[in-house]
Amino acid sequence: MLNQENLLPRLYEILGPFTKEGRTLNPETQLVADLGLDSMQVMELLSTIEDDFDISVPLNIVPEMKTVNDLADQISKLVVSPS
Amino acid sequence: MTLFEKFKPILAARQTILEQGIDPFKLVVQEVISPTEAMINDRRTILAGTNNYLGLTFNPECIEAAREALGSQGTGTTGSRMANGSFASHVALERDLADFYRCHSAIVFSTGYQANLGILSTIAGSGDVILLDSDSHASIYDGCRLGGAEVIRFRHNDVSNLEKRLTRLGERASRTLIVVEGIYSMLGDRAPLSAIVEIKKRFGACLVVDEAHSLGVLGPGGRGLAEEAKLEEDVDFIVGTFSKSLGSTGGFCVSRHQELDLLRYVSRPYIFSASLCPSVVASTRCALKVLQDTPALRERLWKNSHELYAGLQKIGFTLGPEISPVIAATVPSKEYAVAFWNGLIESGVYVNLMLPPATPSGLSLLRCSVSAAHSSEQLAYICEVFKGLYEKLKT
Repeated sequence: MLNQENLLPRLYEILGPFTKEGRTLNPETQLVADLGLDSMQVMELLSTIEDDFDISVPLNIVPEMKTVNDLADQISKLVVSPS
Repeated sequence: MTLFEKFKPILAARQTILEQGIDPFKLVVQEVISPTEAMINDRRTILAGTNNYLGLTFNPECIEAAREALGSQGTGTTGSRMANGSFASHVALERDLADFYRCHSAIVFSTGYQANLGILSTIAGSGDVILLDSDSHASIYDGCRLGGAEVIRFRHNDVSNLEKRLTRLGERASRTLIVVEGIYSMLGDRAPLSAIVEIKKRFGACLVVDEAHSLGVLGPGGRGLAEEAKLEEDVDFIVGTFSKSLGSTGGFCVSRHQELDLLRYVSRPYIFSASLCPSVVASTRCALKVLQDTPALRERLWKNSHELYAGLQKIGFTLGPEISPVIAATVPSKEYAVAFWNGLIESGVYVNLMLPPATPSGLSLLRCSVSAAHSSEQLAYICEVFKGLYEKLKT
């Protein structure tokens, strides 16, 4: 069963290529404000997440995904009840 | 912190572009000479970025039709069709479109942008799903945002990715609207319609094809990709614009579903926008007739498209994956694109400078659109200028 706790390590791995060297990730890391992702990088990240977790992420919930924790939260919901 | 704080990155980006020359997004066309020529920066300039595919903006019959309507019906309608009523010419244009597409219903909108807003925000509502190609035009994305449906992207022209997403939806697949484009506006490639139709039928979904860049361009009758692929019966809604091949402004939707007519009561972009001016309606009706009566225009357009594509390819540019009147040269960076574009303007050639995030996959593009009205000499000159700048900027 996927939950936020066991999702986070996998998310850190996925976020690796999107993170500047030396930057440490934690659940409160903000995707735009801290990692500096632009809109296209956010879409690229979501695409990787969709493939990895075999889910479809609706664009409607993207504005709610501000932190790594938000990502984990939404992914766990989508894995339980897929779109 | 002020309201304007959020514009700082835009200001910085604009400054970078301005340092390299003129602002490409504030270009002033001082005088229009013909469908393919204008005065820009006091220089006679070839227009190769105006989507004027059939070159009908100066068609004498269309101009005369617009002039006559202007004299007899006035300059504008001063309101929406819901509030002010429809002019007989609005209804006639809708009949023309329905006949042209051999469909039951047609609705005309005030712009192509609004056609997508009006259709997508209304057809798919709360509890429904929209599956859109990731390279879709901004009007498609905005139309989705305006409605209440769940919106999911699939990878550009990736049929197996679309299928995977429909599978994940389970029973909701039958309440899904798939949205694709006939010719994609950035790279000029087409949707793989036959495979998409097969999937949409299998899952019981509905399909919208935006033929904005393919009306007048594809199909033996110029009706677009659905006609070319012989799949018109399988497409639920066709959306399009008058501002490209038909040389005016406005948008439309046609459908074999009679329910399309009900959108007039619920589609906010339709209800709350002023309707098309009579002169615009008149020139559009005339252009639609010219499009049907003059297949030679389409032949000329394709001959020109092949010519420019081959010319740019020979220079060494990476172009879109297939030949179409939309020919985009991919260049290495934003800075290179801006410098190249400035060089084109200084040499009297206008194309579209397309920068991320407005482009697919973060590409920087010099996007040309070919017209049936371009002469071989003009196309040769465009290639000559591209070649000169390509060599110059290589060093």
